[in-house]
Formats: sequence, structure tokens, C-alpha cells
Amino acid sequence: MFGFAIRRLFQALIVMFVVALLAFTMFRFVGDPVNQMVGVETSIAEREALRQRLGLNDPMPVQFARFVAGAVKFDFGTSYQFRQPVADLFAKRLPATLELSFMSALFALLTGIPMGVYAGLNRESWLSKIFLSVSLIGVSLPTFFIGILLIFLFSVTLQWLPSFGRGEVVDLGWWSTGLLTVSGWKAIILPAVTLGLYQMTLIMRLIRAEMLEVIRTDYIKFARARGLPDRIVNLRHALKNTLVPVITITGLQLGAIIAFATITETVFQWPGMGLMFLQAVQNVDIPIMSAYLLMTAFIFVTVNFIVDILYYVIDPRLRIGRP
Amino acid sequence: MTGTGSNTPAPKQSRLKAFFDSDIFHAFLRSRTTVVAAFGTLIFFLVAFLAPWIAPHDPFDLASISIMDSQMPPVWMEYADPRFLLGTDDQGRDILSGIFYGLRISLIVGFCSVFAAAILGITLGLVAGYMGGRVDAVIMRVADVQLTFPAILIALLIDGAARGVFGNLDREVFSFWILIFSLALSFWVQYARTVRGSTMVEKNKEYVQAARVIGLPAPIIMVRHILPNVMGPVLVIATINLALAIVTEATLSFLGVGMPPTQPSLGTLISIGNNYLYSGEWWIAIFPGLALALLVLNVNLLGDWLRDALNPKLR
Repeated sequence: MFGFAIRRLFQALIVMFVVALLAFTMFRFVGDPVNQMVGVETSIAEREALRQRLGLNDPMPVQFARFVAGAVKFDFGTSYQFRQPVADLFAKRLPATLELSFMSALFALLTGIPMGVYAGLNRESWLSKIFLSVSLIGVSLPTFFIGILLIFLFSVTLQWLPSFGRGEVVDLGWWSTGLLTVSGWKAIILPAVTLGLYQMTLIMRLIRAEMLEVIRTDYIKFARARGLPDRIVNLRHALKNTLVPVITITGLQLGAIIAFATITETVFQWPGMGLMFLQAVQNVDIPIMSAYLLMTAFIFVTVNFIVDILYYVIDPRLRIGRP
Repeated sequence: MTGTGSNTPAPKQSRLKAFFDSDIFHAFLRSRTTVVAAFGTLIFFLVAFLAPWIAPHDPFDLASISIMDSQMPPVWMEYADPRFLLGTDDQGRDILSGIFYGLRISLIVGFCSVFAAAILGITLGLVAGYMGGRVDAVIMRVADVQLTFPAILIALLIDGAARGVFGNLDREVFSFWILIFSLALSFWVQYARTVRGSTMVEKNKEYVQAARVIGLPAPIIMVRHILPNVMGPVLVIATINLALAIVTEATLSFLGVGMPPTQPSLGTLISIGNNYLYSGEWWIAIFPGLALALLVLNVNLLGDWLRDALNPKLR
């Protein structure tokens, strides 16, 4: 167990090193950092002085080491557009993105699991077929178009829900939440559904497939033979065993949620990290881009690491045959 | 094998006949959804190919569009103009013609990027599988790192970086190439992993050893001997990736980092229309979006079926 964890940790560190190298290359070579920081009338001598002071004339390995040392302390440089430290900008927008991701994951789980269980148990019923066709359409519709359709239906036509922003936000010092006001709750519904729809279809299909398989196994037949009520057999015996892959997939889907949050946040003008990243891409704001790359890589690597370890803990078969 | 002269057309015909007699073709006819999806895909391809001839208007011809015709609703609504079946956009361009031309651009970008990604992935996969050792380790490590990120994020990052590097160049010309470049770099991994796996199996077979013994250079063995035997799965990945590439391109264009408004793809059209959604002109965004969704749905259905049909485990 310990050796396995160390090996995985080592691999994760290699991945982070490669990503850091990429981020550094982007940070250092795409666009000249000095040109971005000074005005047109700055003289060449002043530029050179600034270059010296920023350490841009040092050998590359030294610069890379300094970049990594800064990144570890959340120092990602200054944004070209906002003239503020990138870390502060991210910290301000982190709550919005995390709340949105959490709510959409919750939505996906709370709707996907019951739909999947139903479709797995009643394979031939028309409702299951509707679930399956809807999920196929859900996979084919691009995220941004789902958002547009929802806005068109619920904001423009019915005028029930707002189409942009977070609503009223309560500031809790280091965390600003929209979940304490009515307008905040109203504002989060459409983005969360848009973001969660794809995960919902995925979870539904997964649970359905697992249920179909589990329901045929001997221990379920035995449980039925013992005369246990259907509800207990289905939920306590069958569903429980389908949840392990679901938890893994949901964990791994965190990456997809972060990526698609960029799109959803743009459609709904949700003031999170994704929207800021997209504006950075449009305006070639390299410090924000490289910081975003590092942060998402860190989240992915951490989640993958935890999932690997959990798998190892849950599934004893993995422990055999591995040196 | 009697006379060479009379036999020349025969193999061609028999190959076509063999295809119509094959299991795959019969399985295809038995799945009604797939026949419909194939038919739908064909129609989309035809419309895209024939756009300049069948579109009722030319949205790029400034002489034929008039601001007076702007924001006309579809024909079944009030104040509509029968010349514009699905209405017009903010500049008086016909939505239906815009969709035809946009489809063309979306499909061109989709095909080109799938092709580029396949070439890149196949090359790296062949090299990694055939060479093995350190080359293999480096290529596959890079693939592993990239696989942890969703393609759309990579495409966005590459797009942003490319803009920084080529920032001074003409956007109209370079948007297309930057888009192809970033999509190809986002999608190559799947091809490389698949090709590498099959190459590692093939390279130990006798025909490859024979080719090596007679002294053929490694590139020739890889391309002429191994490549034809590992192409099957590549075609399936390419079909599924076509849908994914079209969606990713549309998403990038919608986010404003893809095709420019002067050469609008379906995503660009939706992005333009999105600005008018709130003032009631819903048709500018919704119709191109529906076209996109239908196209992706059809290609997806076809790809799913192809994957199952070519998978011997599911037979």
C-alpha cells in the first residue's frame, strides 16, 4: 500500500513538473512580459533595468526555479489586463465557480441516480426508453446550446429565472456566497442544470448498465428468495454495489465539470474563474492563462491520485499481482 | 484467372458486391436508427457541399443583402417576408443560406482537424509502438499528461497561446489554421494510444520480421506493412471524433476564439444570434443551433453503431 502510494505520488509529481514547464514556457515566451508592463514612451534603458530587476536576464533554469517557487506560494505574477496579482483575482472568483460546480454535481447525482435505477429495473417500460433517448440528445447537444435554449425558455419566454449573474451575494469575509439569498438561488438554477446535464446522462447510463448486470447475480436472486421486499433488494443490495464506479466516475468527471464551467460561465455571465480564463484567452493575458493551467492541473492530479488510492483501498484485487 | 484483359473490371465489381453481401452491410440495414442517421448525415454533407448552388441567397455577397431586410422573422410568423424562409439576421442575411454556408465551414474544419489529428496520432503511435524503449516512454507520458485534461480546455489554451505568438498576423486567414492546429493537438492522443497498442502486437508477427530480415528500412516497414493492419480502429475513432471536433469547433467559435464573423461557422452564427436572443429575435440563434445539434446527433449515432459493428466482442 505504502509503496503503491509513493509510486503514484511520484508519477503525479512528474505530471505537475511537465505542466509547470509548459506554463513557464507560455509565461516567459508568449509575448514579452516587459512590453506588457510598460508604456510606449519607456526608454530602452529603463526597459533593460526593469528586465534586470525582474530577473529576465538570468539563466533559464534559475528563472524556472523562481517561477515554481512563486507558484508554490500562489504567486503567479500580475495580470496584464487588470494590473492586479493573479492570485487575488482567482481567490475573488473561486467561490462562484465552486458553488456552481457543487450544485451541478448535486443536480446530476440527485436526478441521474433515480433515473438510472428506474431504467435498469424497468428495462422495457416506455419511460426508460424516453430517459435513454433524452440522454442521447443531451449528449449530442453542445453545452452552450443547452444554455441558450434554457435561457430562451425560462428567462426570455417565461421570465421565471434570471439569465445572467449570481444574484445578490452575501459576503462572509473570505467567501462570498449566493446561496443565502432568494435571488442567488434563482440565479444558480439554470447554470447548474446546464453544467450538470451531461454528467446526469453519464451517471444515468452508468447506473442503468450496472443495475442490469447486478440484478442477474446470485446474491440478488438469493435475497429475493429470502422474501425480502423489492425496495430493500433494489436499493440496499443492488444499488449499493453500483455506486463504487459511480463515485469514481463522478470524481474523474470533476475535470470535465471545470472545463465546461468555462463555457457555462460564459453563457450565463457567471462571475467565476472560467469566465476570467476565457477573457484572458481572448485578450492574451498570459499570467492568468498559465496560472489557470497550473491550478486545473493540480486539481486533476490530486483527484486522480485520491481516486487511485481509493480504488486500491476498495478493490482488493488490485493488490494482487502488482510488484 | 483466365484472361488478364477481361478480368480487370471484375475485382472492382466483386469488391463492391462483397461489401453489399457482408455482415456489416446486413447489420446496417437491420438497424433502422442507423439507416436514418446515415441518410441524415448524407443530407448534411450534400447540403454543405452544394451550398453555393442550392442556398437561396449568398450571405457573403454584400450587393445582395440589404439592411432593410434585417431581423425578419421566419415565414410562419407575422411581418415575415416570403423570400426568407427562416428569417434574417441583424444585417439582413438569410438565416437558411447562412446555415448552409456555416455547415460547410463547420464540416471543413471538422474534417481537416480530424485528419490532422489522425496523421499526428498515427505517426506518433507507430513510432512509439515500433521503437519502444525511451521514445515510447516519452511519447506515452506526454499522452498521459494530456489525457487528464479535457480537449476543450487544451484547445482553448493552445488557441490563446497561438494568438500570443501570431498576434500580429491577419486574423481572418489565421483563425482557420490556428483552429485546426489546436483541435489536432487536442485529439491526437486517442489515435496514438490505439495505434501503439496494435503496432506492438503486429511488430512481433512473422511478416514484419520477414520484412526486417530482407533489410527494409524502419519507416517503410511501419507505413507499408504495419499501418494497413492497424487502420480498422482508427476509422472508428475518426468517426466518433468528427462529431466531437464539430462540437468543439462550434464551442470555440461561440466563445469568440474560433472562426471570425466574416467566415461564420455554425458556432459563430449561434454566437451572433445570442446577442439578439433577449430582444425577441430568437430565430437567429436557435435555427443554426438546431442544425448543429441534428448534425452531431446523426454523426454520433453512426459512430456508435460503427464502433459496435466493428467490435468482434459484441457480435
